[in-house]
Amino acid sequence: MSNATSHAVPHAGVHADHHEELGFFRKYVFSTDHKVIGIQYGITSLIFLFIGFSLMMMMRWSIAYPGKAVPLVGPLLEKVLGDVAAKGVISGDLYNSFGAMHGTIMIFLGIVPLAFAAFGNFVVPLQIGAPDMAFPRINMASYQAYFVGGIVMLVSFFVPGGAAQAGWTSYSPLATSIPTQGQTYWLIGMVLLITSSLLGAVNFLATIIQLRAPGMTWMRLPFFVWAQFVTGFLLLLAFPPLEAAGIMQLMDKVAHTSFFLPTGLQLTSLGHISGGGSPLLWQHLFWFLGHPEVYVLILPAMGIVCEIIANNTRKPIWGYKSLVYSSLVIGFVSFIVWAHHMYMTGMGMKISTFFQTTTMIISIPSVIILTCLFLSLWGGSIRFNTPMLFALAFLPMFGIGGLTGLPLGFNYSDIHLHDTYYVIAHFHYVVAPGTIFGLFAGIYYWYPKMTGRFMSEFWGKVHFATSFVFMNLVFQPMFAQGMAGMLRRMVDGGANYATANTPGTTGGLSDTMIHTNQTISMAAWCLALAQVPFIINFFLSIKRGKKVESDNPWQATTLEWQTPTPPPHGNFVKTPIVHRGPYEYSVPGRSKDFTPQTEA
Amino acid sequence: MEIPYTAESRPDTGLYNAKVGIWLFLASEVMLFGALFSTYILLRVGADPGKWPHGLLNVNLGMINTIVLICSSITVVMAWASLKLNNFGKFKMFQAITLLCAVIFVGIKSYEYHDKFTHYEIQLKDGRVVDGHMKEQTKDQVTVSGHYLHTEEAGAEAKEGHSHQTAEVKHEEITVKRDDIKYMENYGPWHNTYMAIYFTLTGLHALHVIGGALVIGFLWGPGSKMWRTEPERFTNRIEVSGLFWHFVDLVWIFLFPVLYLL
Repeated sequence: MSNATSHAVPHAGVHADHHEELGFFRKYVFSTDHKVIGIQYGITSLIFLFIGFSLMMMMRWSIAYPGKAVPLVGPLLEKVLGDVAAKGVISGDLYNSFGAMHGTIMIFLGIVPLAFAAFGNFVVPLQIGAPDMAFPRINMASYQAYFVGGIVMLVSFFVPGGAAQAGWTSYSPLATSIPTQGQTYWLIGMVLLITSSLLGAVNFLATIIQLRAPGMTWMRLPFFVWAQFVTGFLLLLAFPPLEAAGIMQLMDKVAHTSFFLPTGLQLTSLGHISGGGSPLLWQHLFWFLGHPEVYVLILPAMGIVCEIIANNTRKPIWGYKSLVYSSLVIGFVSFIVWAHHMYMTGMGMKISTFFQTTTMIISIPSVIILTCLFLSLWGGSIRFNTPMLFALAFLPMFGIGGLTGLPLGFNYSDIHLHDTYYVIAHFHYVVAPGTIFGLFAGIYYWYPKMTGRFMSEFWGKVHFATSFVFMNLVFQPMFAQGMAGMLRRMVDGGANYATANTPGTTGGLSDTMIHTNQTISMAAWCLALAQVPFIINFFLSIKRGKKVESDNPWQATTLEWQTPTPPPHGNFVKTPIVHRGPYEYSVPGRSKDFTPQTEA
Repeated sequence: MEIPYTAESRPDTGLYNAKVGIWLFLASEVMLFGALFSTYILLRVGADPGKWPHGLLNVNLGMINTIVLICSSITVVMAWASLKLNNFGKFKMFQAITLLCAVIFVGIKSYEYHDKFTHYEIQLKDGRVVDGHMKEQTKDQVTVSGHYLHTEEAGAEAKEGHSHQTAEVKHEEITVKRDDIKYMENYGPWHNTYMAIYFTLTGLHALHVIGGALVIGFLWGPGSKMWRTEPERFTNRIEVSGLFWHFVDLVWIFLFPVLYLL
C-alpha cells in the first residue's frame, strides 16, 4: 500500500524542504503559491459577482417600476453618481452603463476568473500531482493584471460621463460616439484583463503539458483537467483578436482613426472623421472571442460537475473518453460559429447558412457531454449532499439553456427572437443556473480541502433550494416575454411599447407581459436574499465548520485528496505516482468502494 | 519542492517548461497580429476602387530595416549557439550586435514616423490641394515644401503612386495664408484608414521590438550573472528570448511587403 502520502499534517514545517516562514505580504498578497493565488482569484471574483448582481438588482427596479426612485440606495446613487441618478431615479444613460457593466463584470471579472482561474489554480496542479504551476511568478502577475483591470473598470463609474454604455459587446460606432470617458476606461480595463487571461492560459497549458506526475498519462487526467486544458486554448487563441479590436477601438477613441467608422458617418460627438472603416469588422472580431468565451464559461463548470457526479454516485463516469473527445471537438468548432450572433447584420445568406450549420454541429458534442453525465447517474447509489445537489441541478438547467439556443442558431427563427428577452433567458440559463450552480458545487466540494472544514450542510441545502426556485422564477418568464416581442436593453422594460399599442392593432406587449416584470424583479431580489446563507456559511465555516476527519473526506479517487489538508507550499509530501484512471469507484473485489489513483 | 523541468527537458515531451510557454505565447501573438492583418485585408477590400493609397512610405528605409532585423535574427541564434559551445565572450559580442540592430531599427522607424507627422495635406478654399512637408507655421501663414495637387490629380494619386517619392515632381516652397485654408491635416493615423492600420501595426510591432530588446538587454547585462551559477538554465533563457525575437522579425517580414510594397 503506497498510501503514505495521505496523512494529516497537524502543523506545517515538518518537512525538510519547507521554505522559511514568509511575511504576511509575501504569503497572502504577493504570493506565488498556486493555492493562495487560486483563493485570491476566488474571493475577488465572488466580490465582483456580487457587484455585477447588485447592478442588475437596481436595473430590475427600473424595469419593473420605471421612473420611480430606487428604494434604499436611491439617495446614495444620486450622491455618488450625480445627475444620471437625479432624485434617485435611474436615467436611461445610467441604465445603459449598468447594463454594459453588468455584462462585463459578470463575464470577464466574475465567472471567467472564478471558473478558470480560481478553481483551475487551486485544483489543477493538485489533480495532476504537481508541486505548483509551471511559472509561479507569471501566475502572480496574472492575478495582479486581473486585479488592476477590475479596479479600472470600477473607477470608470466615476469618470465624467460615467461607465461604458454600449453594452458588454461595445459595438462601434455606438461605443465610439457616446461622449463618455468610460468607454476608454473599459478598453484599457479589457486590455489588462486579456493580458491576465493570456498569462493564465499559457501557465495552465504549460503546467498540464509539463508537470503531470509520473504515470499521469493524458487518459488518466480527471475530466476537470481536460476541461481546463481546452478552456486554456480557447482563452489563448480567441482573446487576442478582441485585444486587437480593443486597440483599434482605442485608436478610434483617442487617435481619431476610423477603423470602425464608415464613410459619411456624421455625429457631432465624433467631429471630423476620415471614414473608410467597417462597423461589421468590430462585430466579427468581437464575436470571434465572444463565442469561444461561452465555452470558456461552461467547460470548467462541466468539469467540476463531472468530478462531483463521479464522487457522489460512487461509480465511474459513463463515457470518459467521449467526454474528453467531445470537449476537444467543442474547443475546435467553437472558433467557427461566431457569426451566428450576427444574422441581423445583413452579412449575407451564404455566410449565415455556413454559421447556422456549424452551430448545429457544435450542439452535438455538448449533448454528448450532457448525456454522459446523465447516464453516469444510472444505477448509482447517489449521495445527495450539497455539492451533489448543485451538480445535479446543473444538468437540467444547462439543458434548458442549451436547447433554447437552437432556435437562436437557426437564422430564420433568430430573426424573430433576436435582441429580445428570449435571448437573455437563453444565455442566463446557460451561465447563471448553469455555470454558477456548477461553481457553487465546486465551492462546497473543495472547501474542505482549502480549509480543513466542511461548510454547513443544512444551510447549504437552504441555499440550494431557494436559489434553485428563484433562479427559475427569474429566467423562465423571460422566455415568454421574449417570444411576445419584448426587446432587451429598455430602461422601462418595454412599457413604452405597451402604451403605444392602440386599440385594434396587434403586436404590442400585453399587460400580462409588462406585469411579469414585477414578478421577475421580486424573484431577483429574493435570489439575492437566498445568497445570504451562503455568504454567512462561507465565512463562518472557516472557523466553526465541522472538521474533516481525514485528508479525503469525500472518499474520492483523484490526487488532490492525497495531499495534507490544507495542502502546504509544494503540495505533496512526496511526488505521487499514478497507477490508474481518475474514476475507479466501486471496483469489484476491492474492500473499499474507491481506489485512489496513487494506489498500485 | 522544486518545480521540475525548469532547465532539463521532460522526457516524454522533450521540452523544458519555458519552451512550451513561449510557443504557446507565440501562438497567441499570431492570433493578435492575425486579427490586425485581417483588418488590413478587410479595410483594403472595402475601400473605394482606386482609393487605397500607394507609395506613401519610403521603400528604401523599409528595406534597410528588413535587412537589419534579419541580421539581428542571425546574431541571436549565433549568441545562443555560442553559449552551447561554452563561449561566453562570443555570446556577449553577438548579442551586442542584436541590441545594436534593435536600436537602429527603432531609430529608422522613429524617423519614418516623424516624416509622416510633418507631412501635411492642405485643402485650399479655391479647390486646390497642397501636399508637402511643413517648413514653417506662423499665425497667419503656413510654408511647406511640396507641390500642388489638383482635385482630379488628388483622386488619381492613388493609382499612380504618391508623387513625393518620384523624382520628377519638383518640390518647391509653397506659402499659403491661413485664411485660404479650408482644412489642413498631417499624415497621422487619423488621416485615412491606411495610415491608421500602418501606425497600429507598426506601432504594435515596434513595442514588441522594444520589449524584446529590453529582455535581451537584461539577459546581456545584469541577467547574465546566471551563466556562472546555472549555465543550462541561462542558455534556455537565451533560446526563449531568441524565439520571441524571431517572431518579431517574422512579423516585420510580413509587414514590409504588405505596407510598403503592395
